Amino acid sequence: MYKYDSYDQAMVDARVEEFRDQVRRRLEGHITEDQFKPLRLMNGLYLQLHAYMLRVAVPYGTLNSAQMRMLGDIADKYDRGYGHFTTRQNIQYNWIKLEDAPDILADLAKVEMHAIQTSGNCIRNTTSDQYAGAVADEVVDPRPYAELIRQWSTFHPEFSFLPRKFKMAVIASDTDRAAMKLHDIGIQIVRDAAGELGAAFYVGGGMGRTPMIAPCINPFVPIDRMITYAEACLRVYNRHGRRDNKYKARIKILVHELGKDEYTRQVEAEFAHLLTQQIEPPLAELERIKAQFAEPPFEVGIADTVDRSDPDFALWVDNNCLPHKQAGYIAATISLKPVGGIPGDASADQIRLMADLARDYSFDELRVTHAQNIVLPHVKKADLYALWQQLEAAGLGTANLDLVGDIIACPGLDYCSLANARSIPVAQKIGQRLAVKQQEIGELKLKISGCINACGHHHAGHIGILGVDKKGTENYQLLLGGCEGADTSLGQITGPGFDEDGIVDAVEKATQFYLSQREEGERFLDTYRRIGMPAFKEAIYG
Amino acid sequence: MAEVQFRFRDDEPVADPGVTVDAFGEQTNALAVRLEPGDEPRDLLPHLDRLRLVEVNFPSFGDGRGYSAARVLREAGYIGELRAAGEVLVDQIAFMRRCGFDAFAPEVPLDPADAEAAWSRYGEVYQPTTDGRTPIWGLRHGIGRRG
Ligand code: HEM
Ligand code: SF4
Repeated sequence: MYKYDSYDQAMVDARVEEFRDQVRRRLEGHITEDQFKPLRLMNGLYLQLHAYMLRVAVPYGTLNSAQMRMLGDIADKYDRGYGHFTTRQNIQYNWIKLEDAPDILADLAKVEMHAIQTSGNCIRNTTSDQYAGAVADEVVDPRPYAELIRQWSTFHPEFSFLPRKFKMAVIASDTDRAAMKLHDIGIQIVRDAAGELGAAFYVGGGMGRTPMIAPCINPFVPIDRMITYAEACLRVYNRHGRRDNKYKARIKILVHELGKDEYTRQVEAEFAHLLTQQIEPPLAELERIKAQFAEPPFEVGIADTVDRSDPDFALWVDNNCLPHKQAGYIAATISLKPVGGIPGDASADQIRLMADLARDYSFDELRVTHAQNIVLPHVKKADLYALWQQLEAAGLGTANLDLVGDIIACPGLDYCSLANARSIPVAQKIGQRLAVKQQEIGELKLKISGCINACGHHHAGHIGILGVDKKGTENYQLLLGGCEGADTSLGQITGPGFDEDGIVDAVEKATQFYLSQREEGERFLDTYRRIGMPAFKEAIYG
Repeated sequence: MAEVQFRFRDDEPVADPGVTVDAFGEQTNALAVRLEPGDEPRDLLPHLDRLRLVEVNFPSFGDGRGYSAARVLREAGYIGELRAAGEVLVDQIAFMRRCGFDAFAPEVPLDPADAEAAWSRYGEVYQPTTDGRTPIWGLRHGIGRRG
């Protein structure tokens, strides 16, 4: 894992002092709320329905146990004993007092963490594959490249007042587990025929009210030019992205309006110019970072089997564990989606327990996934049963990864000031209704957003649910056929919306229809793609 | 036009008010130009040798186009005064200096102590720009900027 040196540490320490000073100036009335807003936003502090919400960055979703423990302690000390893991691999606290925020940042800095650029119109926390370094299908571990981007984007002097927020993801596997093409810039680290590493740039994806899948604008930027190329992409956007309408300000609109070819032409011209400016970090810096992501000291020649005699355990293994590149090890996902729970929420005690388990069983490492779960990436198979028993005892043993109960949901009207409808209760009801059927249904990614901003990724759900406001009452639209990953597609709206109970019924009908129609080996998405919307529509509304 | 509150250069300030980019193209003797966010900074590149002042207007602090404009000019070798005017706030000045601004004419004058604290807060920086500061990766690997 990346370890701060004195430069990195000085940077976050200075940030804490800066923010303390900004809060002081605000509390003393030297700056207006309007002027303070972008400053607190750049520190991840939002004013929500009931209180301030603080969003803490978890760069590329990777945490060590000391960091995780601190997240639990912060939940106890400054919040109501809970933290909420988000689709951007971050954690949010929903009940924060402005006066406390500088102290929280100081606590975070003690464990090499921060809330820098977790909101605001700047380059946000870079996300990555939650199984990085653990699975066999990656070209390289993508996280060193994400760390390089983290440093480059931190307090970037030119790109701190962009037209709109800017989200980047870095992967290094054809199996895209980070929804890379739904980011402002998605980067896939690839190897060319000569074995050289490069970065494929996908620019202009996003969700929100106008979802778009990012086109590839350059399939191979040599790795020692990646930062320069990113700088060129950003400069063209900063100069020409729309600022007249905040709903049209994301880079996806610029790429769409200019056309991919013209945008690419401008980027390439800027890139040619920037190459003369020597802004690229040397490869030695990448090597320095890479050394810190060295493989943990795996044991070799150990047993490569799991004792499946406990059927509940076997079910959890089948659902929540992924093969590891190292014989004798497995990557285990802890579901934060218990039946009837709030997706992504964990109590302070649960967070601390997960920290301990990471220390004891996973070389001190955890990952936050964009599906709001936690991964222990490197668990010895021989330890898996002991691990599971402790998870189970703490309410963390839910066996539902990628099943219909593993719902992504945004905070919705329970917390969010922009919401049209509640997301959490709908997630809870669907989870309860389909709990007994979910194993039979198999993989089904269900995603709920409380408004058109799409924080809950509803466009990318096999089943998506969007909360809308219908003459002052909460109403829900149903979408089918969305998908992230290598075959990214956007969901289509089925038809008229539903009330809260109606949407639960509609989801159930869709799953029943799937079960009646599926052919051997088909997931919900496959059946939908084969037989299409009209048949599903008929089944749901008929 | 607001007063220059901070200036980080020793030469005599240009007294002329900046003309618009359009007017500048026609006026062969103008020394000063005023750049609005939508103006193309590269239109000035053929005239850099006679330019002594470029005033970049920030009608609102959230419109960050002026940061790119400043870097484009400095990267092209412009050495005259680069002045930020308009809604220039305490917490923007450090970024502006990194992008090449060396004079500031905030619409509402800033508290000098706050401003000083803001621009001296970060000892080191992650990115190289034309401001000559060695980025952190340079310090780590003993690489100075530009040799
Ligand atoms: C509760 C406070 C929140 C507010 C006010 C908020 C606000 C927004 C807004 C306005 C957008 C649309 C941006 C655009 O399209 O230009 C957006 C998008 C998004 N937000 Fe949130 N959000 C909140 C919480 C969250 C949470 C909890 C998550 C993670 C679970 C999240 C993740 C995302 C994602 C993934 C997108 C869409 C992807 C994209 O930007 O293209 N947000 N949010
Ligand atoms: S999708 Fe809408 S309701 Fe949900 S968190 Fe985002 S802004 Fe709030």
